Amino acid sequence: MFDIAVVGAGVVGCAVARRLALMGARVVLLEQGPDILSGASKGNSAILHTGFDAPAASLELACMQAGRAEYLEIREHFGLPLLETGAIVAAWSDDEQAKLPAIAAQANANGVTDVALLDRAALLARVPTLSPHVKAGLLVPGEHLIDPWSAPLAYVLQAQALGATVHRRTQVTAARFDGAAWQLETTTGPFRATTLINAAGLFGDHLETLALGETSFTIHPRKGQFVVFDKAAAKLLSTILLPVPLERTKGIVLTPTIFGNLLVGPTADEQDSRTNAGTDQASLQALIARAHALIPALAHMPVTALYAGIRPATERKEYRLRHEPARHYIGLNGIRSTGLTAALGLAQHAASLYQTPHTPIAAPPWPQAPKLAEHLPRDHHQPGYGEIICHCELVTQREIEAALTGPLPATDLGGLKRRTRATMGRCQGFYCLAHLAALTAGRLDPPLETPHAP
Amino acid sequence: MPPEDLHDALIIGAGPAGIGAALALKSRGIRAIALLERETEPGGTPRHCGHPPFGVREFHRLLTGPAYAKRLARAAFEANITLLPRHSVLSLQPGGTLTIATPAGPRTLSARRVLIATGAREAPRAARLIGGERPLGVLNTGALQAYCYLEHKAPPFTRPVVVGTELVSLSALLTLRRHGIHPVAMLESGPAPVARWPFSLFPRLLGLPVRFNAPLASINGFPRVTSVTLQNGSELACDGVLLTGRFAPESTLARMSHLALDPATTGPAIDQYGRTSDPAYFAAGNQLRAIETAGWCFFEGQRIGHHMADDLQGGLPAPGDELSLTPGEGIAYVVPQRLARVSPLRATLQLRLTEPALGQLHVRAGSSVLLRRPVISAPERRVLLELDDLRLPPGTQHLTIEVAQ
Repeated sequence: MFDIAVVGAGVVGCAVARRLALMGARVVLLEQGPDILSGASKGNSAILHTGFDAPAASLELACMQAGRAEYLEIREHFGLPLLETGAIVAAWSDDEQAKLPAIAAQANANGVTDVALLDRAALLARVPTLSPHVKAGLLVPGEHLIDPWSAPLAYVLQAQALGATVHRRTQVTAARFDGAAWQLETTTGPFRATTLINAAGLFGDHLETLALGETSFTIHPRKGQFVVFDKAAAKLLSTILLPVPLERTKGIVLTPTIFGNLLVGPTADEQDSRTNAGTDQASLQALIARAHALIPALAHMPVTALYAGIRPATERKEYRLRHEPARHYIGLNGIRSTGLTAALGLAQHAASLYQTPHTPIAAPPWPQAPKLAEHLPRDHHQPGYGEIICHCELVTQREIEAALTGPLPATDLGGLKRRTRATMGRCQGFYCLAHLAALTAGRLDPPLETPHAP
Repeated sequence: MPPEDLHDALIIGAGPAGIGAALALKSRGIRAIALLERETEPGGTPRHCGHPPFGVREFHRLLTGPAYAKRLARAAFEANITLLPRHSVLSLQPGGTLTIATPAGPRTLSARRVLIATGAREAPRAARLIGGERPLGVLNTGALQAYCYLEHKAPPFTRPVVVGTELVSLSALLTLRRHGIHPVAMLESGPAPVARWPFSLFPRLLGLPVRFNAPLASINGFPRVTSVTLQNGSELACDGVLLTGRFAPESTLARMSHLALDPATTGPAIDQYGRTSDPAYFAAGNQLRAIETAGWCFFEGQRIGHHMADDLQGGLPAPGDELSLTPGEGIAYVVPQRLARVSPLRATLQLRLTEPALGQLHVRAGSSVLLRRPVISAPERRVLLELDDLRLPPGTQHLTIEVAQ
């Protein structure tokens, strides 16, 4: 018997599980994928936003700002990184330039008061690699980069250290509220919990229907494709380059990553599939062309990786929160690109809705997140790592072993990549995949080798 | 006495080029040299090429890759050359200082001369802009051979498509066949096989369908490959994708450093002695251009090792007064990219063509053609052009190499 069942171990579910465990609740976190962050949370642009362009007085803005504040407060306890890059909203036409003062005014109204308009000369002085076609920009100093996978992993590890239970590869097949508690049927057996929290992301509407018999929203999957440039490209841009926002999405961003690459994306492709995160050559070529247009020197830089994420968009732009106190149900849905920033704030919000008193944990343990940020010491700086397995990303044998053990070991290649960055570098496994197959034998599903040699 | 960590020469990469250079340096009496190798074992790429022919010119024996790699390692050992395995060079600092990761902790080593011999690798999926999902079972030949010959594991597919028709693609077919894996097809984006006859007959002998003009658009399935889609829209069922060839220098260290790169080769630009834009650094082997045989790289390493020894012993002309070489019409790249201006001006230029050609190679300074040589060749073949006592018009800074049909 649990106090709370959180369904969905994306960044929101992980943050919620942590917050409620800190409050002293008995939490079970259920995830249908092979690992945490297997859905929408595996592919994003990894920006810790200020909320400067979020809708005024919205719950989204409140959660982003609370989430950001909490991240900055707790990150050092977890050993989580922060790369203080700032962002520039760049205008490339007279029309776009005309919109900058309104964006600055909205930023000020949202409490982000350190933004500054830059004329073309000031902008080019600040980012000399930028195409001279740029017209003007808005500097947003508070936009930063974080590690989008180590942060939620740290949240879950802390929840587990406080007694939370995590079940992966576990799909909820039925949910019934009997007046006192929820009875959940899943692919790994039944669970009983007083309160149900729906953080099921791309399947949030399915779960809501399963639980409540109807749903207040429908997921319209929106795919975002990204292109990652070689680490050598990172020297060409040290700030986040944002477009003047479009009505529907934040538009295409060119940004450094905390891992030392340069990233361009996302596209915004409406599709029916909630799982097919496929890329297509036309979109990839368009992204690369866009990146070359913004920073001409990128033309000589190799492409390191391609990926896509799927955002759980709904028929409306705002977060789709639902609280049914009588049925002990809290729904946290429709969380798109701002989820990474807002997760800890959404967790605070869910906790305030939950209200049931428990004895809060006074001095929680702080499990240490993987140290993957390029600008900070990595594992290979500490002696005794064995050997370097992935040469491109300098992943050590010790890091691989750590990712395969502990309270939440990786059980698939995706989970291993997110915990260590193995195979995510420029050779994409040319040198290390076979070695990894040997090191992970019997520990990953699907395995990296064909089990019975033909 | 020099400090313990100041070497005469440090060599990054204990493959054929690096070991060739180390042997040359040692034979010239250069004492304080060390080979830095990021893997546990020396030998480089031949370690996982489990097939002949290796070593015919170097050791007068017909060897498999792993046997050849062992012979190279033994030669280095017998010459008493210091090998530092599990040494991953992280950065090249101006003047010959290297930051290095080792299992015993970070190290910084300096040398009067450094050789970059980090080889080449195949283009992975992302660099080829192949779309689709990201399932398990998409490998390069290098990874396939590491599965089969280094780890003795079965790769994560049983009926892959093989992409590419270069020589290495045929080597991949041999590896697959030896391990009981039956590819469903071979795909070539161009109209004809890249490997020359009679090698190009080989897939047909294996009964393997080869599709030309068949570039890959996307890979489908998750978590395993279920099919591939070609750019013409047709779909092919398979459970893996083997991406072969399209080698490029593994020039990350140079790219991340202060050294000048040649955009045509994507490796460091050198002069006729193998000297890069920082005269403390030399480069040799497939780091310079992709891709030549292990034997070629070994002898190239030896030649450039001798130039390094000349330099250490005061025998190389000072850098600075140089001609630049540019690939012109019909030429993909020229190595070296610079020539120190010496008299008589002698060098061997290594070229590749952009398309098959039957005509003349010209070396041009401005409007005057200084050298004409007949050429009958194709892009997959190495072309060597000897400059022997080339006479330059006064004031020449720049030479263009081009094909005149």
